[in-house]
Amino acid sequence: MEYFTQQLINGLTLGSIYGLIAIGYTMVYGIIGMINFAHGDVYMIGAFQAMIVFLICGALGLTWVPLQLALMLIMAVIFTAAYGWSVERLAYRPLRGSPRLAPLISAIGMSIVLSNYVQLAQGPRPKPIPPVIRGGFQIMESDAGFVVQLGYLQIVIILLTVALMAIFAYLIAKTPLGRAQRACEQDMKMASLLGVNVDRTISLTFVMGAALAAVAGMMVTLYWGVNEFAMGFVAGIKAFTAAVLGGIGSLPGAMLGGILIGLIEAMWSAYFSTEYKDVAAFGILVLVLIFRPTGLLGRPEVEKV
Amino acid sequence: MTAMLRISGVRTFYGHIEALKGVDVEVAEGEIVTIIGANGAGKSTLLMTICGSPQARDGSVVFEGQEITRQPTFEIMRKGIAQAPEGRRIFPRMSVIENLKMGAITSDPKYFDEDVEKVFAIFPRLKERQAQRGGTLSGGEQQMLAIARALMSRPRLLLLDEPSLGLAPLIVKQIFQVIREINEQQKVTVLLVEQNANHALKLADRGYVMVNGRITLSGGGAELLANPEVRAAYLEGGHH
Repeated sequence: MEYFTQQLINGLTLGSIYGLIAIGYTMVYGIIGMINFAHGDVYMIGAFQAMIVFLICGALGLTWVPLQLALMLIMAVIFTAAYGWSVERLAYRPLRGSPRLAPLISAIGMSIVLSNYVQLAQGPRPKPIPPVIRGGFQIMESDAGFVVQLGYLQIVIILLTVALMAIFAYLIAKTPLGRAQRACEQDMKMASLLGVNVDRTISLTFVMGAALAAVAGMMVTLYWGVNEFAMGFVAGIKAFTAAVLGGIGSLPGAMLGGILIGLIEAMWSAYFSTEYKDVAAFGILVLVLIFRPTGLLGRPEVEKV
Repeated sequence: MTAMLRISGVRTFYGHIEALKGVDVEVAEGEIVTIIGANGAGKSTLLMTICGSPQARDGSVVFEGQEITRQPTFEIMRKGIAQAPEGRRIFPRMSVIENLKMGAITSDPKYFDEDVEKVFAIFPRLKERQAQRGGTLSGGEQQMLAIARALMSRPRLLLLDEPSLGLAPLIVKQIFQVIREINEQQKVTVLLVEQNANHALKLADRGYVMVNGRITLSGGGAELLANPEVRAAYLEGGHH
């Protein structure tokens, strides 16, 4: 029981991170029907931005933790959003209107460009940082002496994720920008006939997805304390799995899928095998694609005639 | 006549297919002008070309003295032109009220309540259905919503593409009545594309006949209605 509770906490933390990345996949898919395979690398960029800001804070002698965290968050979001915007501008916009395969290949190319760029700029070896937020609550202890820990950092991650998702859901449902995004998703031509600047709306979708990925990157930097250039690949595909599991194109689906993938991974590692934890996540992807391609909350795609 | 909209020598292509082969059409402020013609004559293409989607390859479109031929669609639609397009294109997963909000997306939010009341007065049915999703409305209701949504941007020129298509005769009559009201009471100029030549020519001040991407005839609504060629091609041989 104690062991299970601990895995539940770990899984929720991990799932929050996957959920934030998954939103970027699902929004972009919703609006332009494309899987942005560079999104995992945008998340990796976010993680490195956060790390760089942390190191700069250290060099400048800024040691007050809340200030460090605020700076990491703001700077990582701004810079990573700029990357997201540029990726769309350079690699996808020129291909708008071409067959679906073209932007997909361009996305894979962009993914390689970003990870190699970071490999050159930051070096190929994993970069560690010291823990920033330590400690936590001990919520129970078994007879055998196993202590269930809820780290302060885990609380920060889960609360921040919940807050961001609430803000995001509001943004999409109630603001003119969110409405324009949904309109573009449903009928891009009609949206432009109403005066919506479709290109700008798409750019902003990439910016928002990248901003959330940056937050996820910062959380991971704090949580694991190690970044490396290739980290975007596996995390990206897991978040993609989360988006597919929830129903690609659906925002609540991405959040739910992220949490589920996090929990599955944590439980699998705990009870079966840590080495094969990726097998669990990708096994889910295969099963969903075979048995329920629309995902848990997705709706069937109807080809427009 | 000072033209509010002047289309001169417009040629539009879809790939290699020339859909409009040099079209001249003028619409003066306050008029209702109709373009009639068979399916595939290029009527919808003309309305879409005015909106820059696709853009004309040759010729020019001038609205209120300003050339708009090469402008992006979203900018053209912010100048006082609105379209209720072919197929209505209601956002299916948005409520009626959200569809109307989309219509008003470029106008000042302070007018929204007032403008919604105005379109609800014209189409009371939409008021009853305001929370319903667009995709679940009947064809007639969708057409009403398409026109209402176009009006939400406070246009001076309203482009209507076959508002009667697929609707029951009684509803068609209502819709045409509403078009007249909008024109007279709200001073909106109307360019109406129709296959239903009888209704359209009775309503319009002037009309054009379009065949295979060209204008072949033009004149007053009543005049065209009496024209033997028009009668033979569009009114008698089974067309309403």
